[in-house]
Amino acid sequence: MGFDQYHEPAQELPAETRTFARLCASLTEEAEAIGWYEQRLAVEPDRQARAIMRDAQGEEFKHFAMDLEFLLRRTPLWREIAQGILFQEGDIVEHGEEAEEEAVEEAAAEGAPVVGSVSLGIGSLKGAQR
Amino acid sequence: MSHLLRGLAPISDAGWEVIDEEARQRLAPALAARKLVDFAGPHGWQRSATNLGRTDGLAGSPAEGVEAKQRRVLSLVELRAPFDVSRAELRDADRGALDVDLAALDQAAHRIAVAENVAVFQGFEQAGITGLVRASPHDSIALGEDCERYPRHVAKAVDVLLGAGIEGPYGLALSPDAHTRVLETSEHGGYPLLDHLRKILGGPLVWAPGVEGGAVASLRGGDFLFDSGQDLSIGYDSHDADAVQLYVEESFSFRVATPEAAVALTP
Repeated sequence: MGFDQYHEPAQELPAETRTFARLCASLTEEAEAIGWYEQRLAVEPDRQARAIMRDAQGEEFKHFAMDLEFLLRRTPLWREIAQGILFQEGDIVEHGEEAEEEAVEEAAAEGAPVVGSVSLGIGSLKGAQR
Repeated sequence: MSHLLRGLAPISDAGWEVIDEEARQRLAPALAARKLVDFAGPHGWQRSATNLGRTDGLAGSPAEGVEAKQRRVLSLVELRAPFDVSRAELRDADRGALDVDLAALDQAAHRIAVAENVAVFQGFEQAGITGLVRASPHDSIALGEDCERYPRHVAKAVDVLLGAGIEGPYGLALSPDAHTRVLETSEHGGYPLLDHLRKILGGPLVWAPGVEGGAVASLRGGDFLFDSGQDLSIGYDSHDADAVQLYVEESFSFRVATPEAAVALTP
């Protein structure tokens, strides 16, 4: 039985970090499985077998997405960078650079007004009023 | 650099902090619509339209035996309120002045908050936005000036919503005049009218500049949808030796999914 997801001694890690590491490992496994199914589908000639593998790959898509959402919820900076990249049209690298710059700036400011940010960060006020 | 071109403005980091904070403080109390409706996004400046999930049939088709439909979308509207900031005042802000004159920013923030409120409550026909007040199929209720009768009017609105199967909690948006009257009034026995109204609604009462009369709306979610492209932001336009020309800007669409979920209150 391996504990490869831990890079540091597990007994020294807080419970939250161990959970985080487990989900990171799970995310990796789901991504690997998606890649494996993609390869199998590319070479499998039997139509029914392909249908089954396509269905199985769909499960891995779901698992990957759930793992990722869990990790993003636990990591606001990661989430913010991801929000600038995921489901956006246009140049992925450009979005990545912009999202990282803005999110890191904001984190560095630790709640202070964000110099150079693209919005005032007002968003929804539902539930904020008296 | 984003389209706001903030990096080109002759404004220090400290100056931007002062401007942004002032804008937040002025905008938040006046943005009544955001206190009652669902907010999605912000999706960014490049978002152009909201998916309505609907199609229009097309008379023609590129080829025989093929049907064609066109997706219907709601285009986002851009609102921009320009204002000037004195460069002398900005230099004072850099020196640590706490009483920087940002009156023009305050006015611009109020103008754009009013515009947003009007679009959401009354509507903005040119932009294809039907406000929740206009969309309501229920008879409107006249508020009048006797605000001791407001609990009765609000309770009637809540009854109408319940009768239509619309669950609470409910929120009440009131024009500034009506809101002031509520704050100033205690009922018999000294019980604040504000608290009484909140108890009837199970939700908040919000100050809604730009709104005529008001509205009672369900807060259960899924009924009123504000789709934000670029959320409220300060951008740079130009400058001269004396002043910097800036603007407050946003893009959004608004649609009503359940017209029955609001009751209009007329002045």
